[in-house]
Amino acid sequence: MKGILSVLLAPLAAVLFSSLAAASEGGYRLERAPIDPTDIGSLQAGARTFVNYCLNCHGAAYMRYNRLTDLGLTEAQIRDNLMFASDKVGETMKVALSAKDGKQWFGAPPPDLSVIARSRGADWLYTYLRTFYRDPKSATGWNNATFPSVSMPHVLWALQGEKGLEVVETKDGSGHVSHEHKWTTISEGRQNAVQYDTTVRDLVNYLVYMGEPSATKRKLIGAAALFVLAVLFVLAYAMKRDFWKDVH
Amino acid sequence: MSEQKIDNTRRNLVVATCAAGGVASAGAAVPFVASMWPSERTRAAGAPIEADISKLQPGELGVYEWRGKPVWVLRRTKEMLDSLNNMGDKIADPNSEVQLQPEYAKNETRSIKPEYAVLVGICSHLGCSPTAKPEPKGDMGQDWAGGFYCPCHGSKFDLAGRVFKGAPAPVNLEVPPHAYLSDTTILIGEDKKGT
Amino acid sequence: MNGRLMALWDWFDARMPSAREQWNQHVAQYYAPKNFNFWYYFGSLAMLVLAIQIVSGIFLTINYKPDANLAFASVEYIMRDVPGGWIIRYIHSTGGSAFFAVVYLHMFRALLYGSHRKPRELVWIFGVLIYLCLMAEAFLGYLLPWGQMSYWGAQVIVNLFASITFIGPDLALWIRGDYVVSDATLNRFFAFHVIAIPLVLLGLVAVHLLALHDVGSNNPDGIEIKKTKGPDGHPLDGIPFHPYYTVKDVVGVVFFLAIFALAMFFVPEMGGYFLEYNNFVPADPLKTPTHIAPLWYFTPFYSILRAVPPLFNSVFPGVAMMGLSTMILFLLPWLDRSPVKSIRYRGMYYKTALTAFIVSFLILGYLGTEPTNVWGQCGAWLGGAERATVAARVFTLIYFLFFLLMPWYTTADKCLPEPERVTS
Repeated sequence: MKGILSVLLAPLAAVLFSSLAAASEGGYRLERAPIDPTDIGSLQAGARTFVNYCLNCHGAAYMRYNRLTDLGLTEAQIRDNLMFASDKVGETMKVALSAKDGKQWFGAPPPDLSVIARSRGADWLYTYLRTFYRDPKSATGWNNATFPSVSMPHVLWALQGEKGLEVVETKDGSGHVSHEHKWTTISEGRQNAVQYDTTVRDLVNYLVYMGEPSATKRKLIGAAALFVLAVLFVLAYAMKRDFWKDVH
Repeated sequence: MSEQKIDNTRRNLVVATCAAGGVASAGAAVPFVASMWPSERTRAAGAPIEADISKLQPGELGVYEWRGKPVWVLRRTKEMLDSLNNMGDKIADPNSEVQLQPEYAKNETRSIKPEYAVLVGICSHLGCSPTAKPEPKGDMGQDWAGGFYCPCHGSKFDLAGRVFKGAPAPVNLEVPPHAYLSDTTILIGEDKKGT
Repeated sequence: MNGRLMALWDWFDARMPSAREQWNQHVAQYYAPKNFNFWYYFGSLAMLVLAIQIVSGIFLTINYKPDANLAFASVEYIMRDVPGGWIIRYIHSTGGSAFFAVVYLHMFRALLYGSHRKPRELVWIFGVLIYLCLMAEAFLGYLLPWGQMSYWGAQVIVNLFASITFIGPDLALWIRGDYVVSDATLNRFFAFHVIAIPLVLLGLVAVHLLALHDVGSNNPDGIEIKKTKGPDGHPLDGIPFHPYYTVKDVVGVVFFLAIFALAMFFVPEMGGYFLEYNNFVPADPLKTPTHIAPLWYFTPFYSILRAVPPLFNSVFPGVAMMGLSTMILFLLPWLDRSPVKSIRYRGMYYKTALTAFIVSFLILGYLGTEPTNVWGQCGAWLGGAERATVAARVFTLIYFLFFLLMPWYTTADKCLPEPERVTS
């Protein structure tokens, strides 16, 4: 029996543990994003970074500005601090850049970011935004360890500064190839490493929120639903017991 | 006796389970019922509009769209305003007793500024859009002092949107909530600037 | 008050007595064995999920747009702008997976207690048809969100039909209505998903139940309770479905709904198994995602498809094997020659075979979610073949042997004698 059980559980275990050591398609090890969907301050900071740096080229066509009231902002605050491209607070976060221009400038139109966190995942975004490096061979002068030959330049470079990357390939005795990433600093940015990590953390936190704005509410409603079902279960079980007293 | 007691227990359990099940079902119905209300997109599209009235000549009617309905802004001349006082007993509700206007437009001219009438251009009868006939007389007859005429069922309104007696329309035209953002801009759909 | 209600009921009953008769025949006086266990919840749960899917589906169609340019956006519109829309969408997406979970357990119950055996062959056949309809429904519905996985999943599966000899390419073209999966495909898939297949499904559920109620339910002992009837003509080991099994099923339903709520409110994506991550990227006909896997409930069959090597440069053998792996279910009532029905009285052969079958099914299911290089390569002595592919071939073989050897091992099995009456 035990043997059967372990055979049955093997695939399950494989699924669970394989996700822990996830790596990007570039082979770069993903770092866990220390995000917190209940940290309103972080979400607000992330929203600010998003509209200032991302929204110039990327849109968020399914996200309405007035939805940001979820983050404890008033409509007046949203209008005054976060809206540059549109004038109505009920509008979605459209992008000024046309798809055609985007294709011309970057080779592909920058993707819409409304649900980017749901397709890429927080860890990927967190690692990606922190692994840009200078690469004279690329058209933009930038490359990325998480997303090799990315067409996006490092938009946050003024904050992070410029990094260089050297990948050292080592072979161990059994012929197993491993890569070691050696980061160098070419120039300092306005933020130090810790501050920059926080900026990216907040931005990713916001992107995750934007991917599913109802996520926090979802869990609250879920808890209420489970409570009602628990009460109902007790009553239904008592009723069943009572009826089944007749059955011998 | 004991049988009676058992039956009572069972009855109570059935009632309690049904009640709790009813609560759970009602809760489950909430999102389905809610989903039929206007969505955020619809609400955004129905947001207040800003009407630029700087180009309106005296006597001219501007038509603006708010929530898919025509909203009229009529710049009334002195003669037009005078005609409102000379309606005699032709008007069904001369003092706008029926609440179809915000409190600040419950006056003789049914407006904030007498010069500008702001009206929802939808007949209070069955929802057609009346035709503006601001000129006196003409094809509307000798005693016509200017107003609106609904082609569907012949309802007549004066230049303040007040309905004539004997018309099929029961009440006056609606005055939407509105506010002057400046001398030349009216916010239609909302009273206060911003919220 | 009560008198008035009774009068109203009498008025109704005089004009439509069949309502009362049907209720009695199928519910109040339908005598079911009194020894149903855990495995007997899944039939009524499957009906519940069907109802949930129909109701949530209707409300999704209110805001969904079956148009290649609008579909993806309309789903996000439902998720964000429609009040309560995200709940309805998660109900439907979770319901899709729940449907298969419940139906797989329901089918496993049949294998455990021999519910497919005489005289219930028709019940089983209608059941397999329901399962096939469900697969069609899931496949058609998965295209509708118009994400990358929707698009490429449909592309791959329609191309399976293209591998059929002679008629294949034309058949695929006919199914798509275009040279690739496109707006035309989306529109027709929508029509079939929301009305055509559901109608068939409802009809099949009706005949599944009618056929069941004509022969009566099986039970964990696999013996016929109709053989021992009391003086009132009712089976001694039977109890009226209502109220006994209605109150019992209510308990099962509430428990199931709690698990359902746990999934949809706390892990609606289920780690990519209920909603795939790549499906949050809009369909792009020019760019295939690096790893395509069907949703979990199709993966055992997907594994079988991949396990079969191409023949004469055609993947048709794999397609044929995949088709056979479901079609062979129809033969089950006649492949099983055991003198007893229930696993309780079967011998070691059947128990071993069933265990091997279930394990194969699960491992094939797991392998179908992964790329074929997931377990690395075999050593040079096996030609460096992918380990996962070799494993999939072995388990595919076991899957088919379970059915093909069944006439032999069920006959040769050393069974225990069945009891006269049900055990509790």
